[in-house]
Amino acid sequence: MYSVLGAGVTGLCVATALSERGLPVELVDDGGIPASHWAGGMLAPMCEGESAPPEVVRMGKHAADWWSARFDGVAWRGTLVVAPPRDQAELLRFSRATRRHHTVDPAEYEADLQGRFTRALYFPEEAHMDPRAAMSCLRARLAERGVVTVERPKGQIIDCRGLAARDQLPDLRAVRGEMLLVHAPDVNLSRTVRLLHPRFPCYVVPRGDGLYMIGATMIESDEAGPISARALVEMLSAAYALHPAFAEAQVIETGTGLRPSFPDNIPCIREIGSRIHVNGMYRHGFLTSPYLAETLADRLSNEMKHAS
Amino acid sequence: MFYGVELGSRLMLGTAQYPSPAVLAKAMEVSGTEVITVSLRREGSGGSAFRDLIAGSGCRILPNTAGCHTAKEAITTAHMAREVFGTNWIKLEVIGHADTLQPDPFALVEAARVLCADGFEVFPYTTDDLIVGEKLLDAGCQVLMPWGAPIGSGQGLRNSAALKTMRAHFAGVPLVVDAGIGAPSQAAQAMEMGFDAVLLNTAVAKAVDPVAMARAFGMAVSAGRLAHDAGLMPARDMAAASTPIFGMAELA
Repeated sequence: MYSVLGAGVTGLCVATALSERGLPVELVDDGGIPASHWAGGMLAPMCEGESAPPEVVRMGKHAADWWSARFDGVAWRGTLVVAPPRDQAELLRFSRATRRHHTVDPAEYEADLQGRFTRALYFPEEAHMDPRAAMSCLRARLAERGVVTVERPKGQIIDCRGLAARDQLPDLRAVRGEMLLVHAPDVNLSRTVRLLHPRFPCYVVPRGDGLYMIGATMIESDEAGPISARALVEMLSAAYALHPAFAEAQVIETGTGLRPSFPDNIPCIREIGSRIHVNGMYRHGFLTSPYLAETLADRLSNEMKHAS
Repeated sequence: MFYGVELGSRLMLGTAQYPSPAVLAKAMEVSGTEVITVSLRREGSGGSAFRDLIAGSGCRILPNTAGCHTAKEAITTAHMAREVFGTNWIKLEVIGHADTLQPDPFALVEAARVLCADGFEVFPYTTDDLIVGEKLLDAGCQVLMPWGAPIGSGQGLRNSAALKTMRAHFAGVPLVVDAGIGAPSQAAQAMEMGFDAVLLNTAVAKAVDPVAMARAFGMAVSAGRLAHDAGLMPARDMAAASTPIFGMAELA
């Protein structure tokens, strides 16, 4: 029996991959809110390559396929990246730091951007989804497969607790992220739009029905308290720069999550004694968990075959 | 000498906006820098994990008050920095305008006076204005850090004539060009002009390959300083043949 600790995106992906290979697995959930609850749900490996190392881009390459095979809410709409006229240098920098994009007129993709931005980078292979719906879907699938959720582990521990595993992983640190969810029925965007800005970059992910997730700050801090006024002001100004109708939006929710991160910001599988850790997802939980979960499941099922 | 400290490398590096602490550590190593500047205002007491990582580099820490808009905020942040890093060094930044990030010279002088009296060794981020520079020295600062161009703009030494005047006016005062440097050639230019060091962040942190760019800046700063010490030739209006014509054989 494998006991997966933590029911955030990593724990759910690992439990899913193990269960799909027929390995006995249980989920151990302490009921806390995982960092992934606050995620954007972008499946955008190429855009992330702007600052993430090639390993992360490689891990995330098939993430959208993995989610699509299990969850019917993946929107394959690509990503648009724009910059205000005076920050065009940022767009040039982004285009040099990333691959598999082309320059387009954003109005041909999102009519609402007509007249506001003349150029955009378009990443056609990327996707987005509602991360909370995706996690609920994995939970429901696990329950259907007979995977139980318990309070105390009975089997070999696979630790996917995110930042809570700092007690076992001394080099794990928190990177604070703040986000907001707004209802802006006057804005009509169908795909993730990233607005580049030298100080307050932001992204807007459509959730459907006029809802948009706006994210996210990146602060080297483990302070878990509510969103700061500065973060709110900066992200809302950036959203307003993207489309003025965001000024009329209703703020539905704000949130703060602590991203579990190793010094190189690359997620990994680590074995310490009899405990297997899958951690350090940083800002790439939905992008890299499927790859790490499949890698671990392959290894464990091979070990089981050799043992029998 | 910066408050009695002699530095081998004259490159000072900021630590913000890197892809990861691991990339930052590598960039610091290959650049040869001995002084790194770290912000505290936004990270607060919750940022200790990151601070521990960079404190492990062995570089001298120059905490900064980035993000402060009033003298009071900057003074509070400086006190927190002294407590957290155990150093009297503080890079004093008081921003006057949120969009241009231009320093507020009035609040800067006020904060510098309070901090110097309190035993801090202040590195004030200022403009190239001579009178502000004099007021800062009068307040007790023993280093001045004039801007090259607005923070993060990468425009280089936007007013090199003013910087040249400043260098001549404050002979003997350690001067560091801080902010606005986008390319190694601009850092070399500042060093050739006789500045004592350069401080930069974005040009390295946001390079497509920050580690390679850190190396490039380290080399440029060394080259510029070496050139200044070696005595640069003055520019001339006319060509001057490096080989004398007089006495050459006539092969007619």
